[in-house]
Amino acid sequence: MKMDRRSFLSFVIGGAAGTALSPLPWKLTDDLAIWSQNWPWTPVPERGEVSFVKTTCMLCPGGCGVTVRKVGDRAVKIEGTKGHPVNDGGICILGLSGLQLLYGPARVPSPLRRAGERGQNRWEKLSWDEALSLVAERLAGLREKKLPHTVACISGTDTGTVPRLMERFLAAYGSPNFIRTPSMRDSYEMTLHLMQGVQASAGFDVEHADFILSFGSGILEGWGSPVRMFRAHSKWKETGVKVVQIEPRLSNTAAKSDKWIPVNPGSEGILALGLARVIVEESLYRKAFIDTYTSGLEAWTREVLGRWTPENVEQATGVDKSTLVALARSFAGARRPLAICGRGRGDTPGSIGEFMAVHALNALVGNINRKGGVWAVPDPDYIQWPEVETDAVAAAGLQQGRIDGAGSKKYIHARHLLHRLPEIVDASDPSVVQALFVLEANPYYTLPDRDLLKKAWKKIPFIVSFSSFMDETARNADLILPNPMYLERYEDVPYARGFNKPLIGLAKPVTAPQFNTLPTGDVLIRLARALGDPVAGAFPWENYEQCLSETLQDMWEPLQETGYQVASDFEPGSGSGAFDTASGKFEFNPEKAREAAAHVSVQARGEAPGYPLILIPSDSMRRATGYIGDPPFVVKTVPETVLKGNDLLVEINPETAKALGLSEGKRAVLKTPKGQARVRVHLFHGVAPGVVAMPTGLGHQAYDAYLAGKGVNFNDLIAAVEDGASGLNAAWGIRAKLSRA
Amino acid sequence: MKHEQAKKYGMVIDLDKCTGCGACMVACMAENNIPFKKDETNKLDSITWMRVYQLTNGKPFPNTDICYIPRPCMHCEGDHGHSPCVSVCPATATDYSLKTGIVSQIYTRCFGCRYCMAACPYHARYFNWWDPVWPDGMEKYLNPDVSPRMRGVVEKCSFCFHRYQLAMNKAFLEGRRELEEAQYQTACAQACPAGAIVFGDLNNTKHRVHRIVQPDPAHGGRPKNPKAFRLLERLGTNPKVYYLSSREWVRRLADHYLPNETPGKGH
Ligand code: SF4
Ligand code: SF4
Ligand code: SF4
Repeated sequence: MKMDRRSFLSFVIGGAAGTALSPLPWKLTDDLAIWSQNWPWTPVPERGEVSFVKTTCMLCPGGCGVTVRKVGDRAVKIEGTKGHPVNDGGICILGLSGLQLLYGPARVPSPLRRAGERGQNRWEKLSWDEALSLVAERLAGLREKKLPHTVACISGTDTGTVPRLMERFLAAYGSPNFIRTPSMRDSYEMTLHLMQGVQASAGFDVEHADFILSFGSGILEGWGSPVRMFRAHSKWKETGVKVVQIEPRLSNTAAKSDKWIPVNPGSEGILALGLARVIVEESLYRKAFIDTYTSGLEAWTREVLGRWTPENVEQATGVDKSTLVALARSFAGARRPLAICGRGRGDTPGSIGEFMAVHALNALVGNINRKGGVWAVPDPDYIQWPEVETDAVAAAGLQQGRIDGAGSKKYIHARHLLHRLPEIVDASDPSVVQALFVLEANPYYTLPDRDLLKKAWKKIPFIVSFSSFMDETARNADLILPNPMYLERYEDVPYARGFNKPLIGLAKPVTAPQFNTLPTGDVLIRLARALGDPVAGAFPWENYEQCLSETLQDMWEPLQETGYQVASDFEPGSGSGAFDTASGKFEFNPEKAREAAAHVSVQARGEAPGYPLILIPSDSMRRATGYIGDPPFVVKTVPETVLKGNDLLVEINPETAKALGLSEGKRAVLKTPKGQARVRVHLFHGVAPGVVAMPTGLGHQAYDAYLAGKGVNFNDLIAAVEDGASGLNAAWGIRAKLSRA
Repeated sequence: MKHEQAKKYGMVIDLDKCTGCGACMVACMAENNIPFKKDETNKLDSITWMRVYQLTNGKPFPNTDICYIPRPCMHCEGDHGHSPCVSVCPATATDYSLKTGIVSQIYTRCFGCRYCMAACPYHARYFNWWDPVWPDGMEKYLNPDVSPRMRGVVEKCSFCFHRYQLAMNKAFLEGRRELEEAQYQTACAQACPAGAIVFGDLNNTKHRVHRIVQPDPAHGGRPKNPKAFRLLERLGTNPKVYYLSSREWVRRLADHYLPNETPGKGH
C-alpha cells in the first residue's frame, strides 16, 4: 500500500470519524461471545511433540540453511538456520512460505499422463511402472533409429548429483543436449573464463568490501543469495559502507543506496568503460597489481576505452561528466571497492562486454581474489564417478554437437544457450528435439518470446516434466513424473549464488512424501536399467540415496547433522597461479574476445516512431520469477500498486502519463514488437519519463488459483537479443507503446 | 505502581535497514495462522497483522525517494494503559497488560462491533468478514499454539504472545524467573533477513530496545534517542513500536509535521 501524506493522515481521521459502525445491539454481547466459540468448521490444529529438522532451501539458487519446526509429523514453520554461513538465521519471504508449497494445491499428486490436448489440464493417473516403461519405450525407439541426440533436457542447474545424473544419463544414452536455464551465472562464468582462464563461479566477498558500485544489480531484489545480500546490506549501513546504484528506475536497492545514478536503460556497460577511462587517465589504478598480475591494459585502453571520453559517455548514458569523474575517483579511492553487475535478480545473462567492463573495474583496483573482492570459486569436485562408457550409437549422437549451438565455432565460449532453442526447433522439420525432459525449471513461463516458444513447443513430440508442481511447463507436458519436494527428499545443493566459498548444503526429508512421488535420481537409475547396457552400466547404484551417500563419502554423515559443509578457510587462487590465461595473467583485452570486450551494449528491439517508449522489467522479493511461482502468502504481500484484482499495473512517470492522457489506475494497452497486454498504469516519479517499468513474476497460467490469472507475464512481451560476441541473451528491455484502452 | 518489575515489550524498527521485502509479513502469517483468499488486492479486507507500507517523498524524477515502514500493532500504552482501542471495547475483549505491556485480543469475547478498529489510529486491526478456509491439506501446517479465528471477530498483532507464554513456561520449569532477550522474540523480528526489527523489554536496561530507544518514562516512553521516533507521537497514544531513520522526510511524515516544523522538537 502506498502511504502518502494524505492516506497517512487518514490514520487519524479514521480514528476520529469512526469508519466502522456496530452492526449489533449491546445486549447480545454475552450470547455472541459464546456463540462465536462454537464454530465447528474452524480447524483446531493438532498438538504433538515439537522437533526441529535442519535442511537446505531449494526454492532459489540462494542456498540458505533452514530449520523446520515440526509438531508431531506435521511441518508447521520454516525458519533460517542460525550459524549457517550463507544466511545465519535469516530467511526470505519465499523460503518462509515453503510449507504452502509442500501442502498446497499446486502439487502433482502422482505420475500423470495427458488425457486431452496439451495444456488442457486433463490428466490420467498411472503407476510408476507404467510411466517409466512409457519413457523407456520412447527412448529405446529413438536410440534404435539412431537419434539419441534428439533427446534434450532443460535443467534449472547443472551442479549437484541429480542434474549430473541427468547429464550422465544423456551422455550414456548419446545426447550432448543438457541445457541449463539462462541467468547471469552464464555471463559471470564466461567473464572468468575469458579474463582469468578459469572454469569457476563468481563469488563476491560482500561482507568485506567497503564501497559497492552496482550496475543495476538488485541487491535488495534477489540478486545473488538474497538473505546474504540483505544481511550484508545491513552491515554496510552499520559500518558506513557506501553503495552507489546505477539503474534507470528507483528500485528498493536504489532507494536504500547512498547515491542513485539514473542511467539511460541499457547503457550501464558504457558507464563502466567511462569510469575505467577516468581511472586510467588519472592513474588511479593499483599499479602494483596491474604491473604484476595483469596484461593488456594498454591495448584495452587504446582499443576499447579510447572512444569513451566523458563527453561521449555523458551523451550515451545521460550521466553528466562531473558525476562520472567524481564516481571514478571515489570508487578507486576506496580501500576495497567492489563493482558488480547483472540486472535485477540476474535472470537474464546480459552482454558479455558489459560484464567484462565491470569486471575490469575490479581488476583496475586490484580487487580480484582478494578480501572484499570478486573471487573465482571452483566448482565442487566431490562428484567422482567413473567415465561413461558409450557404444557406437551414443558416440555418434554425442558427435552431433549441441542443438543450442553452445560450444560450436560461432558460440565457442558459451556453455548453454537455451534462448536459441525455440527458434531452432521451430525452423526444423522434423523437430531436432524429439523428446524433452524438464528438470526443476519452468521454461514455458520463463523463456522470452512466447509466441515463438509455443510454436516450437508444438513441434516437440514428447515432453516429460519432473516437476513437483503443476507449473506452466508441467501443464503443457505429455507426462509428469513428479519429484518429491525439497522438504521430502535428499539432494545435495553445492551452490549458493554469489557466495565466495565452496559450500555444500544438503536437503533432506522433513516429512514423509505427501504424494505419490519418486525422486528424479531414482527415476533415472530405473530408466537406465530399463534401457539396458551401455546406459545401465553407467548407473551402478541400487537407488539414488545410495548414489548420494557413496558420492558424498565422508561428508554424508556430518551433512545429515549440520545440513551443510563449508570450506571456511578457502582462499581463492592468489598471485599468478590464479590466472590460467595465455599470458598467465588477468587479461583486460583477451585475444580470443577482443570483439566482446568492445561491445558493451545491445539495442532494444523495435523502432522509435511506432514504439516511442522503453519497457524494462522490475523485480521484487515479493514476486518469485524462477521455477517456483509465488505461494499464497507471498501473493498476498503484492501491493495494490502492482496488482488490482487480476490487473497488472505498470509504472510510468507522471509526465509520461500526462502526455498519454493517462491517470493513476487507468486502463491501457501495452504493446511491444513481441506482444501486447491490457494493463493499468501506476504513476511513479521513480521511473524516468519515457520508460515503462513492468513488474516481473506475474501472469502465471498454472500453479494454483491463488496465483493463476493474475497480471501479465513480462516474458510474453519481450524477446531475446543475442549478444553478438557471446551468443548470450543480452536483452534488458524492449521498445513499447502505451495507449489508453 | 510497581513499574520496576513490570515488563514493557516493545520494538524498534530501523527503516534504513528495512528493504521492504515483506518477509516479516509472511513470517507473521505463518506463525499466527493468518488466512488468505484468492484475491487479496483489496487491502481493506486483507488481514496482515504486520503490514509494510511504502512512503514516498513525492519529489519528481530523479529526486524521488521511497522508504518502507513495517507496521505491527503499536501496543499503545496510551495514558496508563488506556490504549485507544482498549478504552472503547464494550466486551472487554481487548486489554492492556500492565505485566507485559502487550495489548491482547480475546477472540472468544469479541463480538465484532469494530469500535476498536475505528479507534485505532494505526489501522492495525482487522475484521474477519469470512471464515478462514485453507485449501485441502494445507491446514496441516497450522500452528497449534495459535487458534484460528472465525468470521465476525477482530484480530491484530499480539507480539506473538503465545511465544511469551511458551518461554515463560519453559523458564518456570527450569526454575528461572527472568527471560533473556533471545528467549522471547516475535516471528517477524526473528525472520527479518535484514535484522531491521529489534524486539525486547523496554524496561530492561540490558535489552537492545531499551539501549537503542532510551525511553523516557516521564513522558510516556518518548525516545530520548533523537534518531528514534514513533508514529503520530503527538496523539499521545504512546506506542511501544519505535522507528529509526536517517532521512528527515521520513521522520517528518511519521508525525505529520508541518513544513516549517522540525521533527524531534517541541510538544
Ligand atoms: S533466499 Fe532463496 S534459498 Fe534462501 S530462503 Fe529464500 S528462497 Fe530459500
Ligand atoms: S522483513 Fe525486515 S527488511 Fe523485510 S520488510 Fe520486514 S522489516 Fe523490512
Ligand atoms: S495500534 Fe491500534 S490496535 Fe494496537 S494498541 Fe494501538 S490502538 Fe490498539
